[in-house]
Amino acid sequence: MKQYSAFDIIGPDMIGPSSSHTAGANRLGALARKIARGDMIKTTIQLHGSFAKTFRGHGTDRAIVAGLMGIPASDERLKDALKLADASGFSYDFAKADLGNVHPNTVKFIIDQSGGKSIQITGASIGGGNIEMTELDGLKLKLTGEYPTLITRHRDYPGVISKVTGLLADHGVNIAFMSVYRHSKGEDAFMVIEADDCFDEGIEETLRSQIEGVNDAYAIVFMDGEA
Amino acid sequence: MDYGFENGKELLDLCRTRKKTIGQIMALREMEISEKTIEAVRNTMKEKLQIMNAAAKKGLDIEMKSVGGLIGGEARKLNAWNEKNTTLSGNTINKAVARALSVMEVNASMGRIVAAPTAGSCGIIPGVVLTAGERLGSTEDELVEGLFAASAIGLIVVQNATVSGAEGGCQAETGTAAAMASAAAVQMAGGSPVMSLHAAAMALKNVLGLICDPIAGLVESPCQKRNALGVANAMVSADMALSGIESVIPFDEVVEAMYKVGKALPIAFRETAMGGLATTPTGIAISKKLYSPEK
Repeated sequence: MKQYSAFDIIGPDMIGPSSSHTAGANRLGALARKIARGDMIKTTIQLHGSFAKTFRGHGTDRAIVAGLMGIPASDERLKDALKLADASGFSYDFAKADLGNVHPNTVKFIIDQSGGKSIQITGASIGGGNIEMTELDGLKLKLTGEYPTLITRHRDYPGVISKVTGLLADHGVNIAFMSVYRHSKGEDAFMVIEADDCFDEGIEETLRSQIEGVNDAYAIVFMDGEA
Repeated sequence: MDYGFENGKELLDLCRTRKKTIGQIMALREMEISEKTIEAVRNTMKEKLQIMNAAAKKGLDIEMKSVGGLIGGEARKLNAWNEKNTTLSGNTINKAVARALSVMEVNASMGRIVAAPTAGSCGIIPGVVLTAGERLGSTEDELVEGLFAASAIGLIVVQNATVSGAEGGCQAETGTAAAMASAAAVQMAGGSPVMSLHAAAMALKNVLGLICDPIAGLVESPCQKRNALGVANAMVSADMALSGIESVIPFDEVVEAMYKVGKALPIAFRETAMGGLATTPTGIAISKKLYSPEK
């Protein structure tokens, strides 16, 4: 069971009004920014369920755009995030969508990136400011961002997983939780590794260049008080 | 863990064997799990107190308008009434309520608050702790220790039940906040850890079954006024406990009862805006106006 801190109870510091619809929404935006590595030419934000219905009254739209821009949930600039985005030329678009049988507070990001690439990230705000990422590029997975997390996108064949965990061991990283997801045998697969320790700078590039079969890697670390 | 506790009974055992207050035990526990110094842990709580203080003051002077437009200006009204008139419930309670109203206005207008334990119940602890501190002449360190005591009570609820309105209704949010605040107030007034637990038990008992029925789904109404009720509930429960009145049902059993009641509440009464005040004719009209397509 999770060991709650006194500051999980008296906390977090946040811009109101709702831990799920404002603070959690902000964290989902921040998660998308991390996975996109800040490379966002245009972002389409699809709001589902309660998010779609009550986003205006909860400032969910401002909170998400703030997260995408790296403004954290405790920063008073969150309130003016849409204006700040317009002023700085950050391109976004909101749409209401039915994303199926998912959590009522679900959002999907479709991010156009440089070089014609694009990436799709879906996540839910599950209460108390906590979030869950539920889908990456159409593949269902699960991560919370509560621990330093590494996602690899790799070819599904024998040995890749042990090479990745071996490399992490060499870097002194202890794995707390780990899951593997795939479309079908031998195809594109994802691994989600939640660790006790922070990853070294450049771990993503090291994995990509040193381990055959690893096509991409994303290290997601939320620091204290960060978006 | 040296300072870990699962429930109220274990917390009281720790207070007795270590000869510490609830707040001191909770600060030591935090030091233990975060591997930080006691000064660092206290300073983090001091920062929470400062944010609470700013949010509690803001609405007494400035009229804020909430994003949904349902609340704003209530703190200023009550504060002015309290300062110029002979009030029915007295200066202390009214001041504490005005502060809670202010924090809820700050929250609803997208200002900075501390979730305590949630955003929807964020007015109660600042209202009670700041006003009890003023009345008792407490030092800043005593207020900080009060907030640690409050977080210990909240931790017990989180570990054994829930503080989420979507899971347990308003009793889980503002009921827990009132229990946390009353335990803190008892400690600040020099009451024993046992008295703090009685105060927390009484405060939570008083609102068992309270539903979560936000108009238009927003954290505005009735949330703000239920925070006002939570303040009064906490202050009265604290005074009863300090006078030696005991809760017939111990705190741990009240928490368990609250959880069972919460789980038995129909989904319409758990933050879905599908029942209670949200589906009164006025509640529906407000929701329709807010979510009309042309807006």
